[in-house]
Amino acid sequence: MSEERMFRIPVGPQHPALKEPINFTFIVDGERVVDVKPRIGYNHRGIEKLMESKTYIQGLYLIERICGICSAAHQGCYAQNIEEAAGIEAPPRGVYLRTLIWELERIHSHLLWVGVAYHEIGFDTLFMYVWRDRERVMDILEMISGNRVNYAMNTIGGVRRDVTPEIVDNALKALDYLEERTKYYKKVTEEDDSILARTVNVGILKTEDAKRLCAVGPTARASGLKVDVRRDDPYGAYDELDFDVVVYDTCDLTARVLVRIDEVLESIKMCRQILQNLPSGPVRVKFKRKVPEGESISKVEAPRGEDLHYVKANGTEKPERYKVRAPTLANIPSVCEMLKGGYIADIPIVFAGIDPCIACTDRMLFIDVNTERKWMWTEEELRMYARKWYKKHLKEVVRERWKC
Amino acid sequence: MGILDRMVKWARIRSPWILHFNTGGCNACDIEVLAVLTPRFDVERFGILLKGSPRHADVLVVTGPVTRQVAKRLKRIYYQMPEPKFVMAVGACAVSGGVFRGAYNVHMGLDQVLPVDVYVPGCPPKPEAIIDGVVKLLKKLEEGG
Repeated sequence: MSEERMFRIPVGPQHPALKEPINFTFIVDGERVVDVKPRIGYNHRGIEKLMESKTYIQGLYLIERICGICSAAHQGCYAQNIEEAAGIEAPPRGVYLRTLIWELERIHSHLLWVGVAYHEIGFDTLFMYVWRDRERVMDILEMISGNRVNYAMNTIGGVRRDVTPEIVDNALKALDYLEERTKYYKKVTEEDDSILARTVNVGILKTEDAKRLCAVGPTARASGLKVDVRRDDPYGAYDELDFDVVVYDTCDLTARVLVRIDEVLESIKMCRQILQNLPSGPVRVKFKRKVPEGESISKVEAPRGEDLHYVKANGTEKPERYKVRAPTLANIPSVCEMLKGGYIADIPIVFAGIDPCIACTDRMLFIDVNTERKWMWTEEELRMYARKWYKKHLKEVVRERWKC
Repeated sequence: MGILDRMVKWARIRSPWILHFNTGGCNACDIEVLAVLTPRFDVERFGILLKGSPRHADVLVVTGPVTRQVAKRLKRIYYQMPEPKFVMAVGACAVSGGVFRGAYNVHMGLDQVLPVDVYVPGCPPKPEAIIDGVVKLLKKLEEGG
């Protein structure tokens, strides 16, 4: 069938729940998605250009606001990058605290995502449970940094605040609670029929496709690729910590949920190690506002995957060029691959599966291959459609999926 | 005021449905808006529900500095909402452009594009601050809006 006769469905750029604006056009044949065309750029603010007019210290607070959910990853990556370019080194206690914030942020980000994933498949009770428990990690972050989101902990040459023994005690207690709850969510995800019906063999991304499309982070690890910057190119305090890289090879949505839940458990383990073995000493060294001429690159494993920063310094107080490659951009080709061949009703959860941080979609334009009928959907309407459709077709779809 | 008007007002104050739109913010305000709706803060007990369609919403909650590309969409969403409608600017970006002030691709705050009823400053505002903004908006509704 020619593409002109197919059905086109645009989705975006407004979205009710979480994310930022992006637009997708889905080309569908009946209930099947044939092709996906993403259109990004609604969220373009010109941060890289704006960086050139800020001093290195001002840049810290702008770079943090690339993304509020992985703010510490971006800010820490920036601080590392400028430290390398300026030839200074953060003291061990500063590095440990920086790593602690990175891992706490991963816990909050992954729990947030797991909640949203349950919401996308219509399991709102679990969504509310996860978000209630997530408040505990927000409390730890607020205790340490003074803010719930956008912590502003990192500075060039270390971190801005120190922790007291009381904070360490409280944080360890909260981590125990979180570990217990996370184990419970893992059990539910592995055993609950209504979750398995919507996730097993949905949104397949084969290992070779993941490699070919350069998937990063949990998306790649759920497809059997063992890539993790923390292990492959250790930074911060990761080479002194004991942790496992979580890999699943079923390549479907169940794997993507389980990878994140297991990573939360690994992060809790790492946070405990850091809190119990904090080196003594100062938390930062002085940074002389100017950076000598040169270039530098820094990589960080953000909650969504590899985050890469590049700086070109020219000897003044301001960078000449700053470039950021955030992980979601690397995962867009992968999500297009996952959606192809799937049902329309699976679009919300498969798309949420890469944990998109470009913020998201609300309206979609659908185009039918046969009738050329066009219509627009908000993501909420799509979600309702998905729930109704699954009510009707659950048995046949699950039978067909679990066969393979 | 007739009895019908009073009833409509009573109903409106007790169930303001909101539509949340991110105009290019960093997601931080968005997760805080969402946190307000989840169990610890739980504004649903005041009848506040998050809706997906502008046609169902009374209050437009806007986060982010309003990028140039999204401004047209934002206006269209605003026009699709039924009267009377209210706009809440949540976060420093929506209030004044915040940290993105001076970037070539953003407007300096939401009030350059739409009329705003309540401003909630903060980067991001804490859930308590957002609830305070909601309470102020409810008062405004009560006074006649």
